[in-house]
Amino acid sequence: MHAKSRFKVVLPTMVFALMLHMLPLPGWLTYVRPEFVTLVVMYWVLAMPEKIGVTIAWCVGLLLDVTQGAILGQHALGLVIVAYILQLEYQRIRVFSLVQQALVVFVLLLIKQIMVLWVYGLVGHAPSLQLYFLPSLIGAIIWPWVYLFLRNLRRKFSVSHDF
Amino acid sequence: MQPLFLQGPSVTLRAILLVAVSIVVMVADHRWHHLETVRGNIETYLIYPLRYTINLPSQFIQWSDESLTTRQDLLAEKHRLEEQQLRARVNLQKLSVLEKENARLREMLSAQIKVGEMVLVAEILSIDLDPYKQQVILNKGRKNEVYIGQSIIDAHGVMGQIIHLGEYSSTALLVSDPSHAIPVQVNRSGLRSTAFGTGNSQLLELRYIPHNADLKIGDQIFSSGLGGRFPPNYPVGRIVSIERPAGESFSTVLAEPVAHLDRSREVLLVWHNPPVKDVLMGEQKSVITEGEKPDAR
Repeated sequence: MHAKSRFKVVLPTMVFALMLHMLPLPGWLTYVRPEFVTLVVMYWVLAMPEKIGVTIAWCVGLLLDVTQGAILGQHALGLVIVAYILQLEYQRIRVFSLVQQALVVFVLLLIKQIMVLWVYGLVGHAPSLQLYFLPSLIGAIIWPWVYLFLRNLRRKFSVSHDF
Repeated sequence: MQPLFLQGPSVTLRAILLVAVSIVVMVADHRWHHLETVRGNIETYLIYPLRYTINLPSQFIQWSDESLTTRQDLLAEKHRLEEQQLRARVNLQKLSVLEKENARLREMLSAQIKVGEMVLVAEILSIDLDPYKQQVILNKGRKNEVYIGQSIIDAHGVMGQIIHLGEYSSTALLVSDPSHAIPVQVNRSGLRSTAFGTGNSQLLELRYIPHNADLKIGDQIFSSGLGGRFPPNYPVGRIVSIERPAGESFSTVLAEPVAHLDRSREVLLVWHNPPVKDVLMGEQKSVITEGEKPDAR
């Protein structure tokens, strides 16, 4: 059912999100950068849970680990948990309003950040906590725009309009 | 038409499996460093092209800046650099004589001879990593015979060491990263200590210094070479504060790194041979030469 054209959109959006993560920003902005990769993965799991699931989330997480210079598996673990929750609850979350979705997104982003922080703590080099969770807040705030942008992109390139 | 429900158990099963795999991978990577090749390959074939692309705009800006400079400015810069080089060459002559004398004195004391170091210039890609880690990406990798643990220095002092390798790029950990420690020696008193990173690119911490240690603010600290990781006698920092709290067993000593950790764009990769006893006494390859590699590592 035009599955190939769908994947043509998914991969570039993930690559673009990874690149946004690496974009050089002035000092203070780097602490505020939302987790674009997580947001994009969350949208695609929500839109196509039977195709984009925990396994793809894990692979993207691994790429994020290499990009960020983190321990291999650290972000992968966080993304798996987020994708898992979405794969279980996608029917319910789909029909939420954008604001309600943003709240769910906020919680999921926090969960991911907590998982990453936990591993850092186990290893012994936890970052200082004051600004650490700010990206989750920013990510939740921009969720409606991310959602609408990706949805329009998906609709332009795929056939089915059921979601 | 999409199925209304996913197959419940298989999702949970897959998730649990992936969580277990993640834990195994994390342990393998962090504890045993088994996965360096995997990381290196992912970096080389998947991530480096992206890094290179993001670095292009700043390279373009540099290029256009250079292309649009007036001939007059370029000539002035050329003269300034020639003058600088002349002065450096004079100092190098003195250094060569001092090194030969040093080698003779060591031989007389039957101490180990020091062998010179080779360097290669690398550029820091202008991309951002995790803000809570002090890491940078360099544009030299396995292809240039870079190795893990290799030291990098800038024009002013020690910057850090290589921790990950790709084919065309590598990741370096800076001395200011909280997980980094470098053995140092205070120039004036000879006191040996270790400088730990604090996460702040302007501060290093010397730990386990007793209260009666001979230290003054402004003392310069150099790499001691202990541990064989970093070449000895490279500047690391300058002491900026010493606190001797009454109840603590050790003083709190903070130092400012001399390397321009957040400003340098070009760095030097250093090939450092630990001292070897059976080196020929006569010819000493002591001058720093670009691009040459040591025979044994």
